[in-house]
Amino acid sequence: MATKAIVGEKVGMTQIWDDQNRAVAVTVIKIAPVRVVQAKTPETDGYSALQVTYGFKKESKLSKPLAGHYRSAGVEPGKKLVELRVDDTTGFGVGTEMTADLLSEGDRIDVTAISKGHGFSGGMKRHNFKGQGGSHGNHKHHRAPGSIGACATPARVFKGTRMAGQYGSDKVTTLNLEVIKSDPERQIILVKGAVPGPKGGMVILRDAVKGGK
Amino acid sequence: MKPTDLVDRDSLREDVPTFGPGDTLKVHVRVVEGTRERVQIFQGVVIRKSGPGLQETFTVRKVSFGVGVERIFPVHSPIIAKLEVVSRGDVRRAKLYYLRDRVGKAAKIKEKR
Repeated sequence: MATKAIVGEKVGMTQIWDDQNRAVAVTVIKIAPVRVVQAKTPETDGYSALQVTYGFKKESKLSKPLAGHYRSAGVEPGKKLVELRVDDTTGFGVGTEMTADLLSEGDRIDVTAISKGHGFSGGMKRHNFKGQGGSHGNHKHHRAPGSIGACATPARVFKGTRMAGQYGSDKVTTLNLEVIKSDPERQIILVKGAVPGPKGGMVILRDAVKGGK
Repeated sequence: MKPTDLVDRDSLREDVPTFGPGDTLKVHVRVVEGTRERVQIFQGVVIRKSGPGLQETFTVRKVSFGVGVERIFPVHSPIIAKLEVVSRGDVRRAKLYYLRDRVGKAAKIKEKR
């Protein structure tokens, strides 16, 4: 489990100059004010986690049970409730604000988000199949996947054979990304490389489970 | 305005002169040799500018010992110590790729006056 975790909003990508004057592609993640709504502990809930919210939402737009939940915590309602599994919830009481300085430059993190949805997509887009020829007598099979198995043995298609289907809108985690910059003043975190999901989408940042240094 | 522009603002240079394709530039390039750093000058004609904002790049072409040499620089790159415009060229195109096929006097660009 993670020792540090925070939610943010993907702003977009750009580049930045590193100390060797090379351009580094970075993703900008905005930490819309993150507030702790509930701290779960092993004694009361059986596991430890932080229930947080980010951004803002009018109370009139909430359902009454949800509005009551925010009111009893004394926290301004946010866009969404998110649970962050962390080892230790001490220091994060109800109402605490989490800021970008939770992460610092050089930290390794994993970023989880819902990937961009591509709908029902064919094998070429979804699994990078090569497709078939544009000419040489090919007729209406330019983007077809080709063979999906043998004949009388095994007389069936194996489970898990890659085919067309829903592509995207999955929960995707990109592992071991480097934090290039953390700017608590502007509440922005710059992460090296790409992060799943569309601009404006919610991302969860937590310290890397793999890789070490 | 793009939402990432606020982040880009720190990386932008403010000392970039206005120049375009056809202009002759003196690019003072920082070269790091081990621990020492010196400035090397690359002088040539701008044959292309491309990209927006921080991603903007330009290509400088010069003929060195009879061999054409082209270097692409990001406009806002910190490796550029200084940018000097030597002369303004009078050209009708945004991309001067036709210079690659020309040598000698034919590859000369008229100066703007």
